[in-house]
Amino acid sequence: MHKDASPATGHGVGRCIIGFGLSLVLTVLAFWSVMGHVVPHDMIMPAVIFFGVAQLLVQLYYFMHLGLAPEQRENTVYLILTVTLIVIIVGLSLWVMHNADVNMMPRSMSVMDAVHRE
Amino acid sequence: MMFGKLTLDAIPLEQPIIVWTFAAVAILGCAILGLVSYYGKWKYLWSEWITSVDHKKIGVMYIIFALIMLLRGFADAIMMRLQQSLASAGSPGYLPPHHYDQIFTAHGTIMIFFMATPFILGLMNFVVPLQIGARDVAYPFLNSLSFWLTVMGGTLVMMSLFVGDFAAVGWVAYPPLSELGYSPTVGVDYYIWALQLSGLGTTISGINFLMTILKMRAPGMTLMKMPVFTWTALITNILIVAIFPVLTATLALLTADRYLGMHFFTNELGGNAMMYINLIWVWGHPEVYVLILPAFGVFSEVVATFSGKPLFGYKSMVYATSAIGVMSFFVWLHHFFTMGSGANVNAFFGIMTTLISIPTGVKLFNWLFTMYRGRVRYHSSMLWSIGFMATFAFGGMTGVMLAIPGVDFLVHNSLFLVAHFHNVIIGGTVFGVLAGMTFWFPKVFGFALNEKWGKIAFWFWFSGYWLAWTPMYVLGFKGMTRRLNHFNQPDWQPYLTVALIGACLIAVGIVAILIQIAVSIRDRKANADVTGDPWGGRSLEWSLPSPVPFYNFARIPTITSLEQHWDDKINGVTAPENVHYEDIHMPRNTATGFVISVFALVLCFSLVWHMWIPAIIGFVGAIVSFIVRTYNTDVDYYVPAEEVAEIESRHASVVAGGQI
Amino acid sequence: MLHSTVQASHHDADHGHEKGAMAITGFWIYLMTDCLIFATLFATFGVLSHATAGGPTAGSLFDLNYVGLETLLLLLSSFTFGLAISGLSNEKKTSVIFWLFVTFLLGASFIWMEIHEFVHLIAENAGPDRSAFLSAYFGLVGTHGIHVTLGLLWLAVIIHQVLHFGLDATIQRRLACLSLFWHFLDLVWVCVFSIVYLGGVL
Repeated sequence: MHKDASPATGHGVGRCIIGFGLSLVLTVLAFWSVMGHVVPHDMIMPAVIFFGVAQLLVQLYYFMHLGLAPEQRENTVYLILTVTLIVIIVGLSLWVMHNADVNMMPRSMSVMDAVHRE
Repeated sequence: MMFGKLTLDAIPLEQPIIVWTFAAVAILGCAILGLVSYYGKWKYLWSEWITSVDHKKIGVMYIIFALIMLLRGFADAIMMRLQQSLASAGSPGYLPPHHYDQIFTAHGTIMIFFMATPFILGLMNFVVPLQIGARDVAYPFLNSLSFWLTVMGGTLVMMSLFVGDFAAVGWVAYPPLSELGYSPTVGVDYYIWALQLSGLGTTISGINFLMTILKMRAPGMTLMKMPVFTWTALITNILIVAIFPVLTATLALLTADRYLGMHFFTNELGGNAMMYINLIWVWGHPEVYVLILPAFGVFSEVVATFSGKPLFGYKSMVYATSAIGVMSFFVWLHHFFTMGSGANVNAFFGIMTTLISIPTGVKLFNWLFTMYRGRVRYHSSMLWSIGFMATFAFGGMTGVMLAIPGVDFLVHNSLFLVAHFHNVIIGGTVFGVLAGMTFWFPKVFGFALNEKWGKIAFWFWFSGYWLAWTPMYVLGFKGMTRRLNHFNQPDWQPYLTVALIGACLIAVGIVAILIQIAVSIRDRKANADVTGDPWGGRSLEWSLPSPVPFYNFARIPTITSLEQHWDDKINGVTAPENVHYEDIHMPRNTATGFVISVFALVLCFSLVWHMWIPAIIGFVGAIVSFIVRTYNTDVDYYVPAEEVAEIESRHASVVAGGQI
Repeated sequence: MLHSTVQASHHDADHGHEKGAMAITGFWIYLMTDCLIFATLFATFGVLSHATAGGPTAGSLFDLNYVGLETLLLLLSSFTFGLAISGLSNEKKTSVIFWLFVTFLLGASFIWMEIHEFVHLIAENAGPDRSAFLSAYFGLVGTHGIHVTLGLLWLAVIIHQVLHFGLDATIQRRLACLSLFWHFLDLVWVCVFSIVYLGGVL
């Protein structure tokens, strides 16, 4: 694997084909879980996310040559830090906005409820 | 298509203040252009400065730009102080509301984006490569591009003064006020495009310095042997890289609302203005640490040098800086506690905010313990540092007060808040960059700044700051909200008059700095720094001659300790005789960064006015200039070893002469 | 967190290989900043995805077969770019050019399909100004499209540069950067079709 670390080295064709094949399978599985009407409804989104994440990992490994070997580790670390940051920013933003929504736009509350709560 | 919304009516001839300003700027501009022509310096300016990729020159240009923008931003500030001290009890003051609103927006925008940030970037540009033993930054061409993009952003703000108007919505441009329905003029568009230009420049700079610090340190300099200023620069650039994309995206969404009729943040069709507020502060809070951390770095260098002791608690300083960097991503909601999120959200962000004061407190004690039992020399850069400690500690404490959601509900959007952030930004960032300028000035130009005028400047700034902002804290408690054009509460007026006097003292402080620079240039022979180490410095840059040769290090040093230069002096290590020099690899100057930025300015100005044809010209021009650059293979050259030897021996003889 | 990976390497900074590695790492950092731009857009989409303002919803607008085809085109282009790069070391200039050209065609077809989809939506009164949800949709997918378009421009330039300069160190470095960029866009698209399209029609 070490030889493949740089995108500019050889022996990449096989790697490409494996990556492409796996990505294709995962894409088909993701679409199928929505369009196939086989997966239980509340399991569809988890399945889509699972296949999506799997495909991200496959492409990062096979196409972008990310890994844990010493010469790849640096970029992997940057990616992990960025993903952590994205989880923080997106997660906290959604929490903040959802919370504001619940507090300020109570959809389930009728005008009468609101008056009574006063 | 050609001129869009731009007509001659866009020039505000009916406003005497602007016309007079324009006249003054025009005369001054012509005078400068005339002088440059008279002395035949155009070629020199072009080939030595505008097209330069030398990090030292780019740093100097950043700081000159920042000082110019400081004058503009301060002019706005004193106009506001004057207006508020006049406009009481039925008097409308002298500034109509629309003009006044533009002034406070421009003041905030300029001071953050075009004064503080460029000043910080200028210091980093000059100092970081010298402190880590590098000959340039990682990507010298991109460095030049970053600088010129920032300048063009500032230029766009200045153009808005004379062509059209500027945003009148506050410096973070909250929608729906900043949407087309409520701000139909080009003001917000100027704001958006100016920030996009400078934001792009800052992002590229961030990547550049991150790579420089991580990849280009001299052999032996591990991360824990880096000087503290470089450490703070590293964390700052991580923050820049992490947050400026969020700003870019958020402003792009606002742009889509204004230009394409979309509904991200509008009142209609499901838009959610609160999302903008959330996103802008995801950027905005770490941004204040971008501004303050390098200032902390400057103080660390200054305090250690002028106390004659190593910095107390180097490791705790590094960990505190890193901790602030990480925690800065968990606090942004404290800017809008009152938005309407629930108690648990407010509690989380409130607690995180109070926690962030702990590493900051650690730093303060580190500086104090560095001075403790040291031989403290009260040089003016040391005065800025001590003034900072007193001022910033106070601002930090009012910050912790504001971090408590219950208190924040009381003083939100009041002058208390305004006083708080000026307390930390003036007392922290501004004092920091001025200390840094005084400290490194001899390294840049080979002569020191005049001490007398430096001390005068400090005392006026310091007393002016306290006189101007203490009454604001009181007014905040009395219920005066920010950004008031006029008010009917007569007992506020005395406080505002005191604040105006404080602002005038700061004005004297600014003038003193200008005089200081002029006097120092006049007396440059007397203040010359022949040794290259005027203060008894501790880090690597003080081992170099002043001014630093264009290649920085004739031979890349090998680092064995944290305070390499200091230890070398103590151990009597001197440069060996008859050293062998090698050819030095250097980047060639290029006009591409400047050219791309000019096209970008054309693009953005045209977009402000909906001039689609010039916009296309600007866009295509910028892209094509960049592509043309990629076909240029002659981007670097070698300085022959003989030339290096000659420059070095000339310096050695000057030092020898100076010691006699 | 960064301590383990970084070593002072100024000694070799003048050498082409080191410089190339530094350029690629720097480009990787740029991609990380781009990630954050997309993260911001995804967060906005997450907040606004139900704000349809009485207008059309995702379920009534998106044709998953069409999206599947777009996905396939982009995935194929990622694959062909990989093939182009793996030809590099063998100095097979023609094969590199050929696969880059195929990649360009696939990318251009993807953009053509996307434009077609956008035009179709606008014609159905489901344009970006219809609702906050559609603004978020066009904003996110459009930004990805703009990136792919810039990638196409870059592809065109690099094809010319391979012809002009051959596969020297500089061009190899640029190809490595473009390769990262192109694969990165495929990664973003995986997130787009999972969350926007598949998540949307549920």
